[in-house]
Amino acid sequence: MHTRRKFIKIGALGLGATALTGGVANWVVGRSTKTDLKPSTGLRVVPTYCEVCFWKCAGWAYVTPEGKIQKIIGNVDDPQCNGRLCPRGTGGVGMFSDPDRLKKPLIRVTKDGEQTYREASWEEALDFVALKMKEIATKHGPESMALFNHGSSGKYFTHLLNAFGSNNVAAPSFAQCRGPRDTGFELTFGESVSSPEVTDIRDTQCLVLIGSHLGENMHNGQVQEMSEAIDNGAVIITVDPRLSTAASKSKYWLPIKPSTDIALLLAWIHVLIYDDLYNREYVSKYAEGLNELREHVETFTPEWAYGITTIKPELIRRTAREMANAAPSVIIHPGRHTTWYGDDVQRSRAIAILNGLLGAWGSRGGIFFKEGIKIPEFPRPDYPKPAWSWQDTLTGRYPFAKEAVTNTIIEASIPGPGKEHLIKGWIVSGTNLVVAIPLKKLLMDAMQSLDLLVVVDTMPMEITGYADVVLPECTYLERHDDLRATSHREPTIALRMPAVEPQYETKPAWWISKQIGERLGLGSFYNYKDFKEVLDWQLKQVGSSLTEMERIGLKKYPRKTPVYIEPGTEYQFKTESGKIQLDSKELKSAGFDSMPVYTPHPQPEDGYYRLIYGRAPMHTFSRTANNRNLVALMPENSVWVNPQVAEIWGLRKDQHVWLKNQDGVVSNFSVKVRITERIRWDSIYIVHGFGHHHKPLTYAFGRGVNDTELITRVATDPIMGGTGMRGNFVTFIKTEPKKGVKL
Amino acid sequence: MRYAMALDTRKCVGCSDCVVACQTENNVPLGFCRDWVKEVVDGTYPNVSIELRSERCNHCANSPCVRCCPTGASHFEEGGIVLVEHNKCIGCGACIESCPYEARYSHPDGYVDKCTFCIHRVREGLDPACASVCPTKCIYFGDIDDPNSRIVNILKNRKFKSLAPEAGTKPQIFYLL
Amino acid sequence: MKEELFVSGRNIPNIDPYLNIWHWQIPSYLFLGGLAAGILFFAGIFTIMGKENKMATTVKIAPMFTPFALMLGLFLLFLDLKHKMWFWQLYTTIRLESPMGWGAWVLMIMTPISIIWSASYLTEIFPNWDWKFKFLKTFEAWIIKNRILIAWPMTIYAVILGIYTGILLSAFNARPLWNTSILGPLFLVSGMSTGAAVILLLSKDHKERKIMSRIDILLIIIELFFITHLFMGFKAGSEAQINAVNLFLGGSFTAPFFTFVVILGLLLPALLEVLELRGFKVPVVIPAILILAGGLIFRFLIVEAGQITRYLY
Ligand SMILES: Nc1nc2c(c(=O)[nH]1)N[C@H]1C(S)=C(S)[C@@H](COP(=O)(O)OP(=O)(O)OC[C@H]3O[C@@H](n4cnc5c(=O)[nH]c(N)nc54)[C@H](O)[C@@H]3O)O[C@H]1N2
Ligand SMILES: Nc1nc2c(c(=O)[nH]1)N[C@H]1C(S)=C(S)[C@@H](COP(=O)(O)OP(=O)(O)OC[C@H]3O[C@@H](n4cnc5c(=O)[nH]c(N)nc54)[C@H](O)[C@@H]3O)O[C@H]1N2
Ligand code: SF4
Ligand code: SF4
Ligand code: SF4
Ligand code: SF4
Ligand code: SF4
Ligand SMILES: [Mo]
Repeated sequence: MHTRRKFIKIGALGLGATALTGGVANWVVGRSTKTDLKPSTGLRVVPTYCEVCFWKCAGWAYVTPEGKIQKIIGNVDDPQCNGRLCPRGTGGVGMFSDPDRLKKPLIRVTKDGEQTYREASWEEALDFVALKMKEIATKHGPESMALFNHGSSGKYFTHLLNAFGSNNVAAPSFAQCRGPRDTGFELTFGESVSSPEVTDIRDTQCLVLIGSHLGENMHNGQVQEMSEAIDNGAVIITVDPRLSTAASKSKYWLPIKPSTDIALLLAWIHVLIYDDLYNREYVSKYAEGLNELREHVETFTPEWAYGITTIKPELIRRTAREMANAAPSVIIHPGRHTTWYGDDVQRSRAIAILNGLLGAWGSRGGIFFKEGIKIPEFPRPDYPKPAWSWQDTLTGRYPFAKEAVTNTIIEASIPGPGKEHLIKGWIVSGTNLVVAIPLKKLLMDAMQSLDLLVVVDTMPMEITGYADVVLPECTYLERHDDLRATSHREPTIALRMPAVEPQYETKPAWWISKQIGERLGLGSFYNYKDFKEVLDWQLKQVGSSLTEMERIGLKKYPRKTPVYIEPGTEYQFKTESGKIQLDSKELKSAGFDSMPVYTPHPQPEDGYYRLIYGRAPMHTFSRTANNRNLVALMPENSVWVNPQVAEIWGLRKDQHVWLKNQDGVVSNFSVKVRITERIRWDSIYIVHGFGHHHKPLTYAFGRGVNDTELITRVATDPIMGGTGMRGNFVTFIKTEPKKGVKL
Repeated sequence: MRYAMALDTRKCVGCSDCVVACQTENNVPLGFCRDWVKEVVDGTYPNVSIELRSERCNHCANSPCVRCCPTGASHFEEGGIVLVEHNKCIGCGACIESCPYEARYSHPDGYVDKCTFCIHRVREGLDPACASVCPTKCIYFGDIDDPNSRIVNILKNRKFKSLAPEAGTKPQIFYLL
Repeated sequence: MKEELFVSGRNIPNIDPYLNIWHWQIPSYLFLGGLAAGILFFAGIFTIMGKENKMATTVKIAPMFTPFALMLGLFLLFLDLKHKMWFWQLYTTIRLESPMGWGAWVLMIMTPISIIWSASYLTEIFPNWDWKFKFLKTFEAWIIKNRILIAWPMTIYAVILGIYTGILLSAFNARPLWNTSILGPLFLVSGMSTGAAVILLLSKDHKERKIMSRIDILLIIIELFFITHLFMGFKAGSEAQINAVNLFLGGSFTAPFFTFVVILGLLLPALLEVLELRGFKVPVVIPAILILAGGLIFRFLIVEAGQITRYLY
């Protein structure tokens, strides 16, 4: 096996550990200013939008005369946040002030037989990247470059690769996240629910959450609207094996046996159809396949589902009736992270069908129609047409993958007999693949096989340890970025501009992309000196200007199209037939079940518990695990254990245990036990994003456990390639296990 | 005038935004906090309930912390806001011992610090930072002597409680149930 | 199962998981204050009773230590302040409701009295002592003539000081364990007992020692009575108070409290004193030291445990 690319702890250089330069650190510790009774005066206010997650709330950064960011608050005009950022956005200052940030470009070198990094100038690092990319293009064609991205910076590298001649651009936000949902909804309604989701929670009378843990999943607008719905007395029904925060606010909590959701959904469909509770008028007007569906669900009675889901038939009926009573002002929430058990498109389809039967799509309090403002692209030459693309890496699988599937790009990076479409170089920007993608062996093999691995990041996350070149990006508070042009209830655009100059030697991604592009002879694709020119040009096309936006931060445009289906009008869904597909012709013709079926999934053996995971409101995945402001709120995750299970194992509160999964993989670190009635006895729960094993993350290192390392069994969705991650089972180890050789 | 706060436990999701916002607004040193969020879980699976409460100084009307302060550093401001004047505080800790809510802490710089109801913002007509950031809008701040205020309206229409009323401090933070 | 946790990860130094704002300085301060109060009380009362010569050590010698004890106590209080540079503000404010302020003022009055008192006996105890300045000599002469006039306020202030050492804690209703008015008298009696112990240590006069031993036994009995009363009161109190007292009745403070305070600090010295009065040869240092150590540990335990106890909500 190759050992060409050994994992390097950047900390070995003493980089991460070195003193916190300048005033940033001092500021973080918050030396006393005995002035807190006076308003903070003389602060500069700079527009931005948040990058701590992908909801992209617009806000203002408050900058002191000394150039420190004092606070960030939401922009009241922004319908995505209404002037209120979530805790992560408010704590976004910690991303900027993190003393462990990447500070200089790094290049992998071998010294005395040991691999390590050395600091490099931008000039050298960029030359290196460009040279390697040219080599790859010459040997294998430009298509052999791929990009993994998440967040704002991805755009510039997508542009770079497209200009270079590749469209192998993938993000874990598809095959590890919302892919199944989007596919399921597209197959049913002809379009997805987008991001931010077009759920009209604000005005709903009934909100059904299936594993979607709003309030922990802190997608701002939705959380705000859920609160309004509570005020309005909406009925909330939550299906979750764990008493999520949302479940605790719900009229009905259905503590389902994990992995059995499809059975519940089918039973609901059964009740709606057979008890004649569905929205007849809507369905006859807009949907097709009702008869097939009726026949299909005939035997899926609540009694049948009870045996599978452990949810009482009476409760299934009553909740179905609640939905019907509220219809069409009802939302069966599509969820977002939906890669659970490998039949996730089908589960999403069942959810979509329920929404269809109740007439939610296009109804007030259901799912509304979004509208946005189109920002014209800055003039550029046409992109060259690649000889092959990510679709070719699917090799006939996953016919409904509308976006590139990370897994197949990774596979295509491992040479093997008969592989035509080989990938030789990666740019990774804004995604910590090692923690985001459960296919560890595949990922490691792929990274070992590459000719070039460039990582653009702000922090020394695990992924940087595998790079040939690490390029330090400045944080979102120190740069211009693309305009945020959201399609939602109202069209809006928002500006992000630097609140302060980039710290250390960090640079914005647009600059990095341009520099590499120019070195590759693609200068004509970067026909500007500063990204401000692009922004100003674009803004002028939509009747604004950079100067105006610097002042207002966010601009709203009037809507031109209706928000809901207007009474008395016809509506064409974006499916082929213009109708909601209760029975999917597309799936049928591709050889899949045209209507969802329940498939039993493996259950834990004795002494093992299903590993389920989710979010904590104060963290975003692994990206905030080192953020001082947020770590103060939640320094580590804990493993949630039902008291009965704790008793069997003799576990005490706050005791440290190690977790071992069904394949014998033991967690890198120990984790504290939380004994709580909030979870079923067949499952344990941990918040994703902890257990960092990269030393340069001086705060995050060794705190809690990493769920990803315990997810070694993945159920891939045959329809779109999503990696189902909830079929793993763990048991407890109470004494420290002997350490094997770790990465 | 009597400032008070009402927090809706039915809407609070425990996100702790109120805590971070207070931190950045008031320069609270990391590791310390003027407000915090408590979760109380009760019942047995599957009949379980959660109460989520964002807590802070109760700005007690009968406040032992003001009474026991030897220098007068702890005092009442307009609207009954209990404040500590940093330059008068000798750091004797008496007020910390006297508070039944553990609402005060000893600032690394020596003086005692706590929630100020963001008096600097309130004087400008703004809501306290925690109330203005809360994504669920579950924090209501206002003057309970003003019968037309929103907070009075809410307290009239909802059941509420305060914490440890038996301590006799007359807390001015109310939890809507 | 009921579960309570901070979801915002609160972990404030010296506040969480339980209060620990006052460290060793405060119990030591209370101990020294109580001890000085005890000595000065006996000095005053015997003077008023006209027994200054019969009780020479009590009235003339033991008080010489009190200015040092009081100043050391005040210094310890100062050490415990976290914002020391602003210390002086204790004395630019009079806040009668504040036990801390009250104590500072009582000490401010008590210390000069103790100095004057001791000084007035300097020439008697150390015949070679010379005040050097005329006006000091005049002053000394005046005091010696009017000792009884000083004895009265001194005795009263000694009681106040003794009670204060307990009130300082019992003023904090927020700490269920301290939330009882018995703490004042209890600390007063305990302080007197430690004062008596010091006198016992210093006195060479058999008769004086006998008197002080008798008084001490009485004090110990009263102290035990107060302690029982304290615990019973709590047992009949609120849930918070029951939890508080359970620290001493089965909880983590039980062993140190009963071993060091009740048995070694009260019962054993009382027994030894009784034996001595009955004519057994017991070196007086043993009960005296036991009482002093017991008194000190008692204050440490009460301060520490009190900070742990809290209201439940
Ligand atoms: N086990 C498990 N795996 C999961 C999930 C799970 O719940 N459990 N969730 C899945 C889901 S839903 C998703 S969407 C994915 C998300 O997975 P990722 O996309 O990997 O998400 P983050 O952890 O946010 O990683 C973001 C990376 O971006 C870096 N970064 C932050 N800001 C910037 C910036 O401004 N510029 C650049 N260049 N980099 C930046 C961070 O330092 C970090 O390395 O993970 C998926 N994987
Ligand atoms: N604070 C915060 N908010 C975030 C993020 C973040 O990192 N931090 N990430 C954002 C992103 S990219 C995404 S994709 C979303 C994800 O947010 P969601 O879509 O809400 O996430 P899920 O992982 O699907 O949901 C986790 C919940 O599913 C429950 N669950 C586990 N197994 C089952 C099961 O078999 N059936 C049912 N019904 N429930 C089950 C868990 O108990 C948990 O409550 O969150 C977004 N919001
Ligand atoms: S939801 Fe929170 S983290 Fe995400 S963009 Fe908005 S403020 Fe930032
Ligand atoms: S910000 Fe609001 S919702 Fe979040 S914890 Fe605080 S009070 Fe609760
Ligand atoms: S909560 Fe504590 S600090 Fe605040 S006023 Fe009441 S007693 Fe004082
Ligand atoms: S610590 Fe400061 S505010 Fe508190 S009682 Fe002492 S002097 Fe007053
Ligand atoms: S009112 Fe102001 S000081 Fe008090 S907790 Fe809220 S933000 Fe902090
Ligand atoms: Mo996601």
